[in-house]
Amino acid sequence: MSMIEAPFRNFAPGSQPPNDSPDYRSTILRHPTKKLIKIPHTVTELNGPRFSPEQFPPTDNIAVNNGKEALGERIIVAGHVRDEDGRPVANTMVEIWQANAAGRYNHDRDQHDAPLDPDFAGIGRVFTDETGAYRFITIKPGSYPWGNHYNAWRPNHIHFSLFGPGYATRLITQMYFPGDPLLALDPIFLATPDAAARDRLIGKFDLDTGKPFWALGYRFDIVLRGRDATPMEP
Amino acid sequence: MAIATASQTIGPYWHLLEDASWADLTRFGATGEVITVEGHVRDGEGAAMTDACVEIWQSSPAASDIFPAFGRAATDGDGKFRFRTLMPEAVPGPGNSLQAPHIAVTVLARGLLYHLTTRLYFEGVAENENDPILALVEDPARRDTLIARQVSPGVWHFDLHLQGPHETVFFDI
Repeated sequence: MSMIEAPFRNFAPGSQPPNDSPDYRSTILRHPTKKLIKIPHTVTELNGPRFSPEQFPPTDNIAVNNGKEALGERIIVAGHVRDEDGRPVANTMVEIWQANAAGRYNHDRDQHDAPLDPDFAGIGRVFTDETGAYRFITIKPGSYPWGNHYNAWRPNHIHFSLFGPGYATRLITQMYFPGDPLLALDPIFLATPDAAARDRLIGKFDLDTGKPFWALGYRFDIVLRGRDATPMEP
Repeated sequence: MAIATASQTIGPYWHLLEDASWADLTRFGATGEVITVEGHVRDGEGAAMTDACVEIWQSSPAASDIFPAFGRAATDGDGKFRFRTLMPEAVPGPGNSLQAPHIAVTVLARGLLYHLTTRLYFEGVAENENDPILALVEDPARRDTLIARQVSPGVWHFDLHLQGPHETVFFDI
C-alpha cells in the first residue's frame, strides 16, 4: 500500500470567521443552521486542481492597459505564500480582483455612482516562485458604499483567490490597508473573532516593497493550512 | 507555528475572475462517460442565489492535461448552475474502504465568509451503501441531500440549499 499524505490541520480557534455572523446581513439566510459534519481527508480532499502559467498567462502589472496608465495611486503588493509550518508554497496561482481608484468594479452589477476607468480591469494573476514569493503592481482601490447598515462603506480592499496544494486548502480572502478608519466599522472584517487573525488581513506599509519615485508598497503574506505531523493510518 | 490566513467572502463581483469555459471539464478533449450536472442554489427562504460561484473537483478520473478535474460555474438569473464533466469512478477511502463515485462541490458567495463544501453522489450506485463519508451522515433524510438524480439520460440534478428544511449537508473539511 502506498503512503498516504497527512491530512491538513484543523484551523486554530477564532482564526476563521463563522458563517453565522448576523452583523453582516447577507449571512442571515445563507449560513447553514445545522452543524457541519467533520470528514476525514481522503484522496479527494488531499489533492486539488493544478494551474500552470502556460495555461493561464500571468498578468502581474494591472496598473497599465496597452501602454496607458490606469488612474489612481499606483501601488506594489507583494508577499509570500507559505503553509503553517513556514514552508513556501511554490508555483501556486494567486489571483486578485478589486475596485478601481474611484471605488467602482468593472462589473455589470456594480451600479455605484463612481466613474469606471477604461484602463483598469481590476483583475490580476501571478504564480509564486520557488520561495513562495508573489508580486503585483496595481492601483490602490477606493472605498464604496453598500447596503448593510446606515451609510455603510467597505474599507479599501483587494480580493485574493488561492488554491494551494489540496482541495481543502482553498482560500478566498481580502487584503486591507493600514490605518483605514472603516475597518472598525466593517462587519466582514470584524467577523473573524481573533484580533490578531484580523490584523494579519491588513497589508503592511513597507517602503522597501515600493519603488522610489514610482510606487508605494504593501506586504501581504498569506498562510495556507499546514499538514498534521503524523499521517493518518491508511 | 503560523496560523492560516482568515477567509473572507468572495462577494458579489467575483465574476471578474470567471471564465465560462471552466464549466465544461471536457473542453480539452477528455473522453469517457460525459455527464451534465445541474441544479439550483437557494437560500433559507428558498430564493434563488443568483450571484453564487460553484466549484467542483473530482478525484476520478484523475486530473490530466486533457481533464482538469476542476470546474467553476456562476449561477444564472434563476440561481442555476450547470457543468459538463465525466462520470467519476469509485476511489480508495480511509483504511480498506472504497468511496463511491462522487464529486466534491463548493459554494462561494456573498454572505458566505467561509465557503461551503459538500459532495455529490449518484442515485442508484451500489457503492453508495458502503461509502465511508456518506455513512457519517446518520439521518437518512439528510444523507439524501447528497444524492443527485438522473432526470434525463446523462443529466444529473443536484440542488444546493444553504439553509432551511431541505438544507444540504455541508462538511467540515
